[in-house]
Amino acid sequence: MSTPGSAKGASGTKNNEGGKGKMGGKKELKRTSKFTEVQEALGKDGAAIFVDKKGTQNLYIDYPYHVNYIHSYAQDSPFFLGLAEGRLRGTRCEGCKYTYATPRTYCQFCGEEAKWVDLPLVGKVHSWTTCHYGSEAFLKETPYNLVIVEFEGANSVLLSRLKGCTEQDIYVGMPLVAKFAAEPKYLITDVWFEPAPGAVKR
Amino acid sequence: MAQGSSKAGAKSRERDVFSGTPTPSSTKRSGRRVYMVAGGVTKFAKAHPDMDFRLMCKKAFDKARSEVPNLRMDDIDGTRISYFSDHFSRQLKAASMVQDFLGLNPRGSVRIEWGGATGGECFQAAWEAVASGRMDTCLAVGYETMSRVQTWKGNEFIALASDVNYDFPLGGFYTGYYALMVTRHIYEYVRKTKFANIKDEREAQRKATEYASRVMAMVSVKNHRNALNNPYAQYPKNLTLDAVLNSEMVSYPITREDICTMSDGAAATILCTEEKAKELTDNPILVKGVGCGTDTMRLADRPFGKVLLMPHEKASDYADLQYPGVHSFRAGRAASIEAYRHAGIENPNKELSFVELHDAYASSEIQTYEDMGLCRYGEGYSFVERGDPFLKGVDYGFPVPKAGTTPVNPSGGLIACGHPVGATGLMQAVIAYWQLQHTIGKNFGSEKLQIPNAKRGAIHSHAGTGSSVTVSILERVRP
Ligand SMILES: [Zn+2]
Repeated sequence: MSTPGSAKGASGTKNNEGGKGKMGGKKELKRTSKFTEVQEALGKDGAAIFVDKKGTQNLYIDYPYHVNYIHSYAQDSPFFLGLAEGRLRGTRCEGCKYTYATPRTYCQFCGEEAKWVDLPLVGKVHSWTTCHYGSEAFLKETPYNLVIVEFEGANSVLLSRLKGCTEQDIYVGMPLVAKFAAEPKYLITDVWFEPAPGAVKR
Repeated sequence: MAQGSSKAGAKSRERDVFSGTPTPSSTKRSGRRVYMVAGGVTKFAKAHPDMDFRLMCKKAFDKARSEVPNLRMDDIDGTRISYFSDHFSRQLKAASMVQDFLGLNPRGSVRIEWGGATGGECFQAAWEAVASGRMDTCLAVGYETMSRVQTWKGNEFIALASDVNYDFPLGGFYTGYYALMVTRHIYEYVRKTKFANIKDEREAQRKATEYASRVMAMVSVKNHRNALNNPYAQYPKNLTLDAVLNSEMVSYPITREDICTMSDGAAATILCTEEKAKELTDNPILVKGVGCGTDTMRLADRPFGKVLLMPHEKASDYADLQYPGVHSFRAGRAASIEAYRHAGIENPNKELSFVELHDAYASSEIQTYEDMGLCRYGEGYSFVERGDPFLKGVDYGFPVPKAGTTPVNPSGGLIACGHPVGATGLMQAVIAYWQLQHTIGKNFGSEKLQIPNAKRGAIHSHAGTGSSVTVSILERVRP
């Protein structure tokens, strides 16, 4: 990650000029009472002055932050390894006779360890939505459908993406089939659902 | 089998493991009575370029102090300080910097974080500090500065408050999660009832959603128009039903005007013992009940069991309902039950003068009416259509026959006030406090939002997809 002192400039990003960047103090900072112009200027110069209604100068800086986590799926690993093999795995508590479609490695009712089980690769829409906006990380994928899937024989449900159909096609109760990524990314998105053959009226 | 969209589904359930939540914690509370004696808020705004989080908290604190001139700094025994996200602050241990800036070192303090319910939890943490005898006077102050990142990045930070293994990578977006919940809510309570006679499933569900969307729009209009008379609100608007219905679709069926926004703001409350309250004010407000409930982090883990009943409900009311599923907030129910028991409330709809609840979405306001027992499960939409949660004397542009029965979000709620997360639950406390003091006129510059003879109010703070909720009951002491 960067530190404030290095905002654009010394950290070697796009506006690095002679190793000192534009924060060196010689260039006049953009002064504006339009906030959008502050944001633009930050992208270019790394700093800008926002002049508010009272005439007060508020100094803004650009402050990047980036980190790569060393993330372990730990006890949930069998689920994500299963997706890579085209298996959808839930868990089951034999004591409670309760099957989790989103795996919980310990039962939420009795606290005993649950065992891994294979779920059917067909299900039904329990609920759904189409997202026309999203978090920054997913904006480029909009619109996308989210679906909560229910399975015969499972007590809880699974959140997933619904592809191969549009907002107009989807309804609660619609039959679905699971699909798996040919090249796993080891993310929950390695599995998604599509309408079962014939479920979409064209 | 998960809840039935079909009869066969319901039958295949092997065992009803989940049969209600254990009774909420003891209501035989031996703690001291706790009073709220002052409150302050900054205006909630898209951005406060001239104030960082410390100065915002200072302004809210000083506003609260101005209400109790007899309060000396030395009277404050300690603090509880709340903010939701370190990501937004770009500063770990920011609560220590608030404590420092307010000049309250070396007193005891702790940071409170509980997702969207951060402010509500902070209020209850301060209550506990006083009720337990640890402090005689405790300041609860909270803030959020969400303007420091772009809106969609902010949405991403908020979505990181969902399971990052199973939920976030799918398109982590809270509006999407709430859309999933309300779609099922509409299916359970509108499609299965009002539109039961339509055979074509798609058509029935579309009609049900159209109907429900209009009711959600009524809630949005209510909150935006209420806020026209709240000078602290970020987005007061003279909206119409059509304007809400025609605003951009964000996650079907939730539109832009059904959603609260990112905000900067701070709020502060001062809680103390009865003895201290007598020294400070002749118009203290009693914190009569507190409750907190939780549920699974992942929506997909919610059980399909039995409703947690309130005293005015019977199991037979909900014989066919699988609860909470993804359509209702069990945490909100549990929190309400605990708070009502503590406060001795048996029928909230009759005994509460008003409710300030966590309407991050117009949809979740409707779901929350049911969780809080203001109406029965399934009656949320008709509760709105009858006009119960509307204010008398505010023009909404459509008829509200029963307006004033149980006003909900007279302040404008999160949808119109804004939602600087760590401040929101405390803002509700401050506004409820002014309502119960009957000082809305003085504080808002207009009597329009003052609930006549307000005696008892509930505040409700809600996190995640309903993974934690607090409910607190405040009551007027003066006749
Ligand atoms: Zn079990």
